[in-house]
Amino acid sequence: MKGKVIVITSGKGGVGKTTTTANIGSALAMMNKKVVLIDTDIGLRNLDVVMGLENRIVFDIVDVVNNNCKLKQALIKDKRFEGLYLLPAAQTKDKTAVTPHQMKNLTNELRGDFDFILVDCPAGIEQGFKNAIAGADDAIVVATPEVSSVRDADRIIGLLEAAGLNNPRLIINRLRSKMVKRGDMMDIGDIIEILSIDLLGVVPEDEAIVISTNKGEPAVTDSNSRAGAAYKRIARRITGENVPIESLDEGNFMERFRRMLKLAR
Amino acid sequence: MLDILSKIFNKDTVASKDIARERLRLVLVHDRASVSPEFLNALKEDLIKVIKEYLDIDEDALLVNLENEENSVALVANIPVRGFKRAVNA
Repeated sequence: MKGKVIVITSGKGGVGKTTTTANIGSALAMMNKKVVLIDTDIGLRNLDVVMGLENRIVFDIVDVVNNNCKLKQALIKDKRFEGLYLLPAAQTKDKTAVTPHQMKNLTNELRGDFDFILVDCPAGIEQGFKNAIAGADDAIVVATPEVSSVRDADRIIGLLEAAGLNNPRLIINRLRSKMVKRGDMMDIGDIIEILSIDLLGVVPEDEAIVISTNKGEPAVTDSNSRAGAAYKRIARRITGENVPIESLDEGNFMERFRRMLKLAR
Repeated sequence: MLDILSKIFNKDTVASKDIARERLRLVLVHDRASVSPEFLNALKEDLIKVIKEYLDIDEDALLVNLENEENSVALVANIPVRGFKRAVNA
């Protein structure tokens, strides 16, 4: 097995890196892939709570790089999905507790046992970012359709390319199709054009994400969640399947027609 | 046809997403140029190389900058000319 290391990053905080990592990882595991999620947000770990695994942490990533434990001892096995593991961040250290060189060694060690190694990157462009990208083969950039997020995504894409990660792919998160339709939110085409980057997927704004995070159950397990369905399609694209980008404009014609009637009255 | 009709009935002012796109476009020109501090220097050196073929210029006084005007970005260069080179093939 020669696993692929993918870093999930964004620059700006709060756009959904951790939720994206949890859901793509769970979706890949549901497709019978062996997956390990690494939380590199040392001092502000959250992937554990989003995954609902916070009570099972014994060792963390800093213990592993300092040889306080074996790598296998620090990996938390997810009981819901066969083949899914979490390597949690340390909560009491800071980002300098791990070096890019150590991260590279760590991800290389995991390649032998996993199909996918997903690295959840902290916000910012400092050492945490440098650690997270150190061992990566591919990068996924998460952005929401807002000026601040797209601007930071552009900066991150530049830094990724400077580090040799040449073809990062974009996930547009929390898209609100109603706002797009009335011209109050940038659409997929606008963002792709500005960032000139390949699109990996579009995730609609979905209240089910809040509920699933409340429970510590990734949204991909909720068959009614539209965001969960979008993450499942993204996971299939990551494995190389050709899954078309979903149209979020369903009912567009009827809706426009209805609006016209209302306005013409 | 429907498109045209809906446009007639939708006499909105400028959509806020168009404002967002335009503001982003402008801010990114600056951001991208400043991602690498070497960018302007590299540009400057290449400019000097080309212009020197035609003109005798004061390299040390040469200024190159990106300037942000109301809704456009301009590359502004101030290049003092010492003299013209004698045309060889004229």
